[in-house]
Amino acid sequence: MEIFNDLLHSERFRRSLSWAALVLIIVGLIIGTVHTTNKVDYIWRWEQIPRYIFFQETIEVTVEEDATVTAVERDGADTYIIALNFLDEEQYYTVPSHMVSVKTGDELQRGQVLAEGRRWKPGLLLTGLILTLEISVLSIILGVVIGLITGLARLSSSPAPKWLAIGYIELIRGTPLLVQIYIFYFFVGQVFRLSNFMAGVLALSFFAGAYVAEIIRAGIQSIHKGQMEAARSLGMNYPQAMRYIILPQAFKRILPPLAGQFISLIKDSSLVGVIALVELTRAGREIGTSTFNYFEVFFTVAALYLILTFSLSMLVQFLERRFAASD
Amino acid sequence: MIDVKGIYKTFYSRHKVEALVDVSLHVEKGEVVVICGPSGSGKSTLLRCLNHLETIDQGEILIDTILLNDSRTNINKVRAEVGMVFQSFNLFAHMTVLENVSIAQIKVRKRSRQEATKIGMELLEKVGIPEKAGSYPSQLSGGQQQRVAIARALAMQPKIMLFDEPTSALDPEMIGEVLDVMKTLAREGMTMCCVTHEMGFAREVADRIVFMDEGRIVEIGTPQQIFNEPREDRTKAFLAQIL
Ligand SMILES: Nc1ncnc2c1ncn2[C@@H]1O[C@H](COP(=O)(O)OP(=O)(O)OP(=O)(O)O)[C@@H](O)[C@H]1O
Ligand SMILES: [Mg+2]
Repeated sequence: MEIFNDLLHSERFRRSLSWAALVLIIVGLIIGTVHTTNKVDYIWRWEQIPRYIFFQETIEVTVEEDATVTAVERDGADTYIIALNFLDEEQYYTVPSHMVSVKTGDELQRGQVLAEGRRWKPGLLLTGLILTLEISVLSIILGVVIGLITGLARLSSSPAPKWLAIGYIELIRGTPLLVQIYIFYFFVGQVFRLSNFMAGVLALSFFAGAYVAEIIRAGIQSIHKGQMEAARSLGMNYPQAMRYIILPQAFKRILPPLAGQFISLIKDSSLVGVIALVELTRAGREIGTSTFNYFEVFFTVAALYLILTFSLSMLVQFLERRFAASD
Repeated sequence: MIDVKGIYKTFYSRHKVEALVDVSLHVEKGEVVVICGPSGSGKSTLLRCLNHLETIDQGEILIDTILLNDSRTNINKVRAEVGMVFQSFNLFAHMTVLENVSIAQIKVRKRSRQEATKIGMELLEKVGIPEKAGSYPSQLSGGQQQRVAIARALAMQPKIMLFDEPTSALDPEMIGEVLDVMKTLAREGMTMCCVTHEMGFAREVADRIVFMDEGRIVEIGTPQQIFNEPREDRTKAFLAQIL
């Protein structure tokens, strides 16, 4: 009895109990999910998903009319073959570059096979993921630039930069991102003739910039003012003191909140689907509407977002460890 | 070397504080001046005005014949000639000791990294901690940090050194090592203004002692005169308190 009591109160026993509980909860969640989907008569078709990541395209290009090849133009993975029939009418054929077997001057006969075979192409989910990645990376970089400038302006003692920065930050933080995206698409995009990709990236950049500015401002203010005074007393000018003394120290402190902001940005990039950018979420919706495999598709979409955000977290942790040297 | 002519400085925070009232002071080249006085008497403010960390409301400050409160003066150039040592050390926390003593040489004096390192190491020898060159400030004791701070200021080869209570944040056993460095400097002919309550130091190396109270200079004299026959009652009261 004594032994049993000791065991019950030992730290190790409690920890293993806690682990067991964790495993039970996870198993329970999985069983619960499967059980509920059974109840709604959902047919899981996970085998449908891989082809939205990569799929095999069947290629068969046959000549429609007798003609003479006048040009073979390569454009990346595809090659355009231009030929003239006996009425001097142009004909175009698109062939995968590695399958090209004709050259300028060759005679083509009706029914002749120009290319035949299969090739791998990225599916909608993969192209969506890549677009999400492109938009996020560009917006993060631009957002940091905007945020740095705004953060420094916000701390300026002269009224023009300071109040401009405050106005911009309040404007962005006080309106929904979705509305900002529409404004960038319909208004800014029209005025400056931006592609919807650029409109989306700019909307996200200015959105992130406002939050990054506040993070940077707080980071700079958290550095003891003696650091700035010491730098200035050595004859450094304000930009030098910022560049070499204040910002490196502030950067270390703002890395965690900054990383949080970047992760939010990756997730918020799902909103630019509304301006016809087929990023990851929009890709998922499009596959869903055509296949009704909403469950699998959005579980996959979620997993892909997780891969992006988790990689970013790991990168930040790595950076944090590297900067910890002077503590 | 330093010419302060009738300066005024008032702070307006919650209430109006007249930190400096009609302060005039002349410091010769090579002279060591110790500034003392009760807390809040404006000692730090005076020192900070000397390298323009505070701007003055009225009056003139000339450093090596250059007028400070003039918009045409390149203040960074003046500051490079005026070293300052703070009560709280203010070493750059993200840099090693050697980087601390090199950075301004490289960025302000435009020296090469090798040259800056060489001068930096010489100064670390001088303040007695060359073996800490690769350490970070957080790994040093207070006394060591303050000696690095002195080396950092000296690395700019300034004409004037300002010390604002350099030993008052230190444990008693470390005060000596910092004062020793300062005494060496004084003997080498550095022009120095030191705010300090280390009266032993003042007696030993000061050419003159400035006693301040409520933003005014109450009395200026040689250590001999100030310690043995102070003219003002406030000086007497203050000395009685700290000696
Ligand atoms: N930045 C500031 N804003 C408002 N008031 C200030 C500021 N700096 C100093 N003061 C005030 O000016 C007066 C003089 O301050 P100062 O720091 O020069 O005194 P001190 O002689 O150095 O005192 P201590 O021995 O405590 O360091 C004090 O009343 C102080 O409160
Ligand atoms: Mg003070």
